[in-house]
Amino acid sequence: MSDFFQLLVAGLATGAIYALIAIGFTLLWQTSQTINFAQGEFVMLPAFFVLTAMGYFQQPFWVAVLAAFAVSIVLLGVLFKKLMVDPMIRHGVLPLVIATIALALLMKEGVREFYSAEAQGFPSLAAATNVSILGVAFAVQSLVVLIVTAVAVGVLQLFLNKTRTGRRMQATAQNPTVARLLGIPVERMILYTFLINAALVALASVLVTPIYLAKFSNGEWLGMYAFIAAIVGGFNQVRGALVGGLLLGVVDNFAAAYLSAQYRLAMPLLILIVVILFRPQGLLGRLEERTV
Amino acid sequence: MMRRRAAIYGVAAAACAIFLVAAPFALKPYGIFILTTWAVMTIAAIGLNLTLGYAGQVSMAQAAFVGIGAYTTALLTTHGWPFWPTFALAGVACFAVGWVLGYPALRVQHHYLAFVTLAFNTLVFLIFRNEEWLTGGNYGISNIPRPSVFGWEADRPRDFYFFCLAHLAVISFATWWLIRSPWGRAFVALRENPMRALSLGVDTRRYTLMAFAIGAGLGGLAGSLYAPLVQFVDPVPFALALSLNLLLMVVVGGSGYFFGPFLGAIVAVLLPEWMRFAEGYYLIGYAVLVIVLMVFCPSGLFGLAERLLFPPDKNAPAAQPKAQGEGA
Repeated sequence: MSDFFQLLVAGLATGAIYALIAIGFTLLWQTSQTINFAQGEFVMLPAFFVLTAMGYFQQPFWVAVLAAFAVSIVLLGVLFKKLMVDPMIRHGVLPLVIATIALALLMKEGVREFYSAEAQGFPSLAAATNVSILGVAFAVQSLVVLIVTAVAVGVLQLFLNKTRTGRRMQATAQNPTVARLLGIPVERMILYTFLINAALVALASVLVTPIYLAKFSNGEWLGMYAFIAAIVGGFNQVRGALVGGLLLGVVDNFAAAYLSAQYRLAMPLLILIVVILFRPQGLLGRLEERTV
Repeated sequence: MMRRRAAIYGVAAAACAIFLVAAPFALKPYGIFILTTWAVMTIAAIGLNLTLGYAGQVSMAQAAFVGIGAYTTALLTTHGWPFWPTFALAGVACFAVGWVLGYPALRVQHHYLAFVTLAFNTLVFLIFRNEEWLTGGNYGISNIPRPSVFGWEADRPRDFYFFCLAHLAVISFATWWLIRSPWGRAFVALRENPMRALSLGVDTRRYTLMAFAIGAGLGGLAGSLYAPLVQFVDPVPFALALSLNLLLMVVVGGSGYFFGPFLGAIVAVLLPEWMRFAEGYYLIGYAVLVIVLMVFCPSGLFGLAERLLFPPDKNAPAAQPKAQGEGA
C-alpha cells in the first residue's frame, strides 16, 4: 500500500508539470487558435537560460531563475507572437503548425550546437530526501512540485476569474468579435495569454528539469505529454488541462510500475486515441461548433 | 499564359528527367545511394501530398507506413519471397491500415487528427522496437537481398537506382492520373470546404478514408523500396522525426502542387549531403528557411516559383500581351 501512495504522489507531481504545460497550450488555442508544436521545446529551453546565467554569467541560482523567466517572457512570449504567430495566423492553422514544428527543430538543434548535446545536471528546488507522513515516505521534491503547481494554478484561476483583466481575457477567448465591440483591447488580451504561457513553461522547466536533467531533446516527449493532457482533458478548458495532466501523470507512473516498462509510452497514447474516438471534446471540454 | 506555363514546366521536367537518368553515370556509389534515397522518399512524400496537399488531412504517421512497408519487405524477402509480391503486399497492407486510421479523421479535424496520427506513429514505433520475435527489436533485420527482375539482378547501386527510379516514374504517372480524375477533384473539394462538398453530394466520408488510405499505401511502397536500399531495417528511422520531416518536405516543396514533393525531398535529402561542411548548422538553417517560407509564402517553394515566374496579371500588366502573343 505504501508503494501505491508513493507512486500516486510521484505520478501527481509529474502530472502537475504536464498540466502546467497543457494549460499554457490551451490558453494559446483559446485566444488565438495557435497550436504550438514547439511547446515541449518551450519547456526545454528556459532550463538552459538558467544554466547559461549560472555558468556563463556566474549568477546565483535564484537570480538565474528570475533572469530565465524574464528572457522566456520576452523570447517565447512577445517575440514568438510578434514574429511568428501574427504574420501567419491569417493563413490558417496549417502553416503555423508547420512553422512551429520548424521552430521546435531550430530550438533543439540550436541548444545542441551552441550549448551541449549531453544531458546537464540542474539544481533542484528541494533536497532529494524523503519525508514520512502517516508512515508513508514521500519524496520532498514531489511535494514541492505539487505545492508550487497548486499555488501557480490557484493564482492563475484567481487572476482569470476575479480580476478585470482576467475576465476580459475570458471574454476574448469566448468571442473576440463581441469582446471587441464591448471595447476590450483584444490584441493586448491575446498578448497577455502569450506572456502567461511563457511564464508557465518557464515554471514547468524549473520544476521538471531537476528530475529529468537538462537535455536538448527533452521537448519531444514533454510536448507530446502536454498535447495529450490538453486533448484528454478538453482543449478549451483550463480545468480540463489540469485534470488531463494529473490523470496522465498517474496513469503513466502506474503503467510503468505495474504493466510494462517497455510499453509505458503506449498507455497515454491509447488513452488519447480512445478519448478522441469516443469523446473528442475531452473529458471536461465543450463541443466546438463547426462552421461552413 | 497557360501555354507558356505548360511549356516552362515541360522543359523543366524534361531537363530533370535527363539529369536523373544521366547523373548516376557521373556519381560515386555514395552519391547514387543518396539519389536513390531521394527517389524513395519522394514516393512517400507524394503519398503524403495526396493526403495533406490535395485532401487537406494532416497526417503525422507517414513514417509508420514507410516502416510497415519496409518491415513487410524485409521479413518476407529474407524468407525467400521475391520482391514484387512483397512490394504489392506492403502497399495493400498500408492501404488497409491507412483506411482504418482514416476513421478518426471522420470524427475530428486538423489538430486532433494530427495528434491521433502522431500517437499512431509512436505506437507503431514501440511495436517495431519491442516485438523482438517478429522485428528483431533494436537489432533489426539485416542482409535484405536486392530484388532481381526476370533474371536481371538489381544488385549494384546504379542498377538498383534505376529500379527505384522506374518505380517512382510509374507511381508519379499513376498519381498524376488520379489527381486529374474526378477523385482528385473530390479530394480538393474536401480540402477547400468539406461542408460544401458534402452538401454538393460528394461522399466526403468515403473520400476522406480514400485520401488517407492511398497516401498510406504509397508510404508502404516507399518503405518496401527502402528496405532493399539500405539492406538493414531497424526501428530508429521510422520514428516521429521522419514523419515530421516528410511533412516539412511536402510543405516546403509546396503542398497541393504535383511536383512539390520532388522539390521538397531535394531540400530534405540531397541538400544536407551537399551541405555536410555545415554539420548541425544545416538543420538550424533549414528550420529558419521553413519558418521564413511559412511567414512569406505558405504555399512553399513551388508557390514562390509560381509567384516569381507567373506574377498575377494585375501586378504585371506588361507581361500579359506578350504571353498572349506567344500563345496565339
